[in-house]
Amino acid sequence: MTLKQIAIRNLLRRKGKAALILCGLALGIGTVISVITYADAVTGDIKHKLEKYGANILVVPRTESLSLNYGGINMGGISFEMQELYEADLARVHQIKNARNIAAMGPVVLGAVKVNDRPVMLAGVDFEEARILKPWWQVNGRPPAADGLLAGAEAARVLELQAGARINIQGHPMTIQGVLKPTGSQDDQLLFASLPAAQRVLDKPGRVSMVEVAALCTACPIEDMVRQISEALPGAKVMAIQQVVQGRMETLMQFKKFSFGVSVIVILIGSLVVLVTMTGSVRERKEEIGVFRAIGFRKQHVMRIILIEATLISMCAGLIGYVAGMGATKLAFYFFSGNPSMALPWNLPLAAAAMGLALAVGLAASIYPALAAAHMDPNDALRAL
Amino acid sequence: MSTIIGQSLSKLYGHGDATVMAIEDMDFQITSGEFVGIMGESGAGKSTLLAIMGAMNAPTQGSLTVEGIDVYGLDSERRADFRREFLGFIFQSFHLIPYLNLEENVMLPLATIRAPRRRKQAMAREALAAVGLGDKGHRLPGEISGGEKERTAIARAIVNQPPVILADEPTGNLDSKTSGEIMRLLQELNGKGSTIVMVTHSRECACYADRIMHVADGRLAEAA
Repeated sequence: MTLKQIAIRNLLRRKGKAALILCGLALGIGTVISVITYADAVTGDIKHKLEKYGANILVVPRTESLSLNYGGINMGGISFEMQELYEADLARVHQIKNARNIAAMGPVVLGAVKVNDRPVMLAGVDFEEARILKPWWQVNGRPPAADGLLAGAEAARVLELQAGARINIQGHPMTIQGVLKPTGSQDDQLLFASLPAAQRVLDKPGRVSMVEVAALCTACPIEDMVRQISEALPGAKVMAIQQVVQGRMETLMQFKKFSFGVSVIVILIGSLVVLVTMTGSVRERKEEIGVFRAIGFRKQHVMRIILIEATLISMCAGLIGYVAGMGATKLAFYFFSGNPSMALPWNLPLAAAAMGLALAVGLAASIYPALAAAHMDPNDALRAL
Repeated sequence: MSTIIGQSLSKLYGHGDATVMAIEDMDFQITSGEFVGIMGESGAGKSTLLAIMGAMNAPTQGSLTVEGIDVYGLDSERRADFRREFLGFIFQSFHLIPYLNLEENVMLPLATIRAPRRRKQAMAREALAAVGLGDKGHRLPGEISGGEKERTAIARAIVNQPPVILADEPTGNLDSKTSGEIMRLLQELNGKGSTIVMVTHSRECACYADRIMHVADGRLAEAA
């Protein structure tokens, strides 16, 4: 007979109490695992989705001029020759340290042209990349092919253009293949062509006026990426659109903070369940503990029995909690995320952390009952002597 | 050599006006190998006296020496060690652990000592055999009679061969036939050298003792 055997026999005898503690703790651990796993998975998913919210880094040529445009109001009168970047140089951006965090990179060439004797800005873009960089675009008609054009809503109205209309731009016959629905941005004022077509029309072969980059890097500040792109393109000015980036990060952080807050509360409730049940159990075992003390068990021996019980229950609760938490996460994917195919990230460190947390909570909540048991006066406990 | 010496032992319970003097200025001496009965009316202080002898209830005043050890000069943990090594307890209500079988109950005092499991088992089986329960070690306390429970409690008290056995009304819950058997068992243990101190109300049981200490109103009234 050893202290461990006494603890195991007691647990087997008081299955109801042991099950209550086990359930309380497993529920707490399961909830924490579920919340953390769900938060991680959803954060990854949100990150992925946020990447589709458009560009958050702008690359423009270096210039000493100041813009006289604010909020879409152009104070006009001053025009300047803007330098361009070279398309061939952009390949270097794909070699930066955080290149994997670049979701899309869209070079744009800009230039003024005349359509029906009215001046209008022609933008050459990569329509494939534009799907990621400008996910809010909705096209009446179809996305343009090689020599097709996409007209902004306002440009189409002013120039009286419709899908299918054929126009001539600086000697280049082109077809309007689609009209953008109003976006509320400067895109409404422009005509869009594919980058090679626009470079040909504007006579700017291999040159670009600006580059839009969609990037999200949760493990590094966006400033790092700006610096890396600046180093890759020394002749360019690289700017982070801070509000967009900060907004994205805040969304992720708030979600995580909320998740951890919920976890802490659930763990506190779980530890209270352990504390109350263990204290009740110790009171019920007053006579038994009195016998142990009377026949020569030290206080530490009594404490050890209680803590061995807590350890065994906590380990089971950690294991059950982890598996149950992962199961709950899978259900949450199915019912709440709208994306049941989201990958369940089974991972060993999290399982180990669940065991560790269960042990820490179980033992911490059992210290008071264990001390109470150890300090029980054998004479009072027995009343027989 | 004297085994147990009590000097000027007093025990007060409560405070102020609610103070109760359970034991007052007791002096006694119990020699090694003696079988002593403690008798007295309910509330006379005999259970308090036994608890003091059992190193479980510190006296308000006075000292208790067992085998030359000042029991209440020891700290709480050393007193627990002292109980394990020097004392065997037999309780009126048996106080067997219901979820352990008889053999495991008897092994309890050995649970905290370092010894091979087989040796502990052998000691428990030997103790059970000594009280006539050699073939019932696998049973649970709920599956045996009152007399067998008392025998198991005695086996637990003697398993580590302590020099002193303290018994609190060991036959209080038993019929007269079983009481006789238990008393003969205690007498047999005494015959093998154990010092036995037994609290009892029963004159029949008291007859087995070498000497009776009468307690009345917290004082030792007489010794016979």
